[in-house]
Amino acid sequence: MADELVLLDVHVSMFGMRVRIALAEKGIEYEYREENLANKSTLLLETNPVHKKIPVLIHNGKPICESLIIVEYIDEVWKDKSPLLPSDPYQRAKARFWADFVDKKVLFFFCSCFCLSVFVKKKIWRTKGEELEAAKKELIDALELLEGELGDKPYFNGDNFGFPDLAIITFYSWFHTYETCANFSIEKHCPKLIKWAKRCMERESVSKSLADPVTVYEFVLMLKKKYGH
Amino acid sequence: MAEVKMFGAWGSPFSKRVEMGLKLKGVEYEYIEEDLNNKSSLLLNYNPVHKKVPVLVHNGKPIAESLIILEYIDEAWEGPDILPKDPYERANARFWAKFIDEKCMPPMWKACWSIGEERAKAKEEASEALKFLENEINGQKFFGGDTIGLVDIAANFIGYWFRIAEEIVGLELMTQDKYPNLCKWAEEYCKCSFVKENLPPKDKLADIFKGIIQAQSAPK
Repeated sequence: MADELVLLDVHVSMFGMRVRIALAEKGIEYEYREENLANKSTLLLETNPVHKKIPVLIHNGKPICESLIIVEYIDEVWKDKSPLLPSDPYQRAKARFWADFVDKKVLFFFCSCFCLSVFVKKKIWRTKGEELEAAKKELIDALELLEGELGDKPYFNGDNFGFPDLAIITFYSWFHTYETCANFSIEKHCPKLIKWAKRCMERESVSKSLADPVTVYEFVLMLKKKYGH
Repeated sequence: MAEVKMFGAWGSPFSKRVEMGLKLKGVEYEYIEEDLNNKSSLLLNYNPVHKKVPVLVHNGKPIAESLIILEYIDEAWEGPDILPKDPYERANARFWAKFIDEKCMPPMWKACWSIGEERAKAKEEASEALKFLENEINGQKFFGGDTIGLVDIAANFIGYWFRIAEEIVGLELMTQDKYPNLCKWAEEYCKCSFVKENLPPKDKLADIFKGIIQAQSAPK
């Protein structure tokens, strides 16, 4: 019986992009469904009643939620094709650590910088100048930590593209937006990170899965306008 | 010979999670108690990113973040499974462990130590989160089924720490009538000899919690 796969997603979501990359790396076919976060589908609300968020992967009717959990699921089910996590337990722990780091540190600052209440619970919409500067500093600190961890390796995963690269690269599509909104250059602070990002973009699974940076920026502008900014 | 060390803090539920995992697998380890107000340079070297406990060091290699450490323990050593074998059930276990960390613990902890509107808001948030867990446990002995698994280990705060704090501060959040399944789970969980060995003494914890209240009500 052929596998039935449906991905509930939003084109510009860095979390959804992770799942798309994983599916592409494994060469898995699936049905993509774009959600409107202002008007969530019944299917989304039924398959993710706890968080009501995308991405949700529905595999033969069974839903899996949370992007990194979905990616690990994909890696375990389709374990014979293009492994995403290394086989050594310590390397796996490291990979999970850096993916988790990105979620903990980088996302929050991105969201608080740019008031993405659509992706985060509706907290403060506008950050004042000082708050923006503080958030920007935290973001740069976090990115510099990533730069340090990457070092001279071609990928966070080592010689080959893998789980931590997949988890981090999707934020690259949002760099242009952050740089423009907060008026700074990420490349100036983290040249190795940018080189790594461009290397990842040479992979078809990545380049096809990431949203175009201009599309992301226009999306954020649309949100800002919509929420009276 | 394999060398296993663990940096922890006696009162930390995150630290106790790791000890539970190691004991479940029968792993011998050296425990190093950290003073969280004066962290050792060893700890800061092993966990420069977050500078927190717990940290597991296996043959000189450090692993941080309790849930990540638990998965590592499950993969590195033979013995009873911490995570199920089936990929879908594994995803489910990971989901609920993450949910406990992100959606349950913060408002539950906040509800204990805040007052007025802030407490009411945190209590509401925690109540909603616990409802999901209540449905998930659904009459099973443990979240892991017949035996303790990742989610049960992750829920140690809910099963033990929180119940003590809740009583001391008079919160009345995880009540029998609202959460019969969860309360039953907590009872079974704390009765379980394996879990009992990995909980800090109730009176010591109670002292800490009473200390927090005193510090809060002290004149500034």
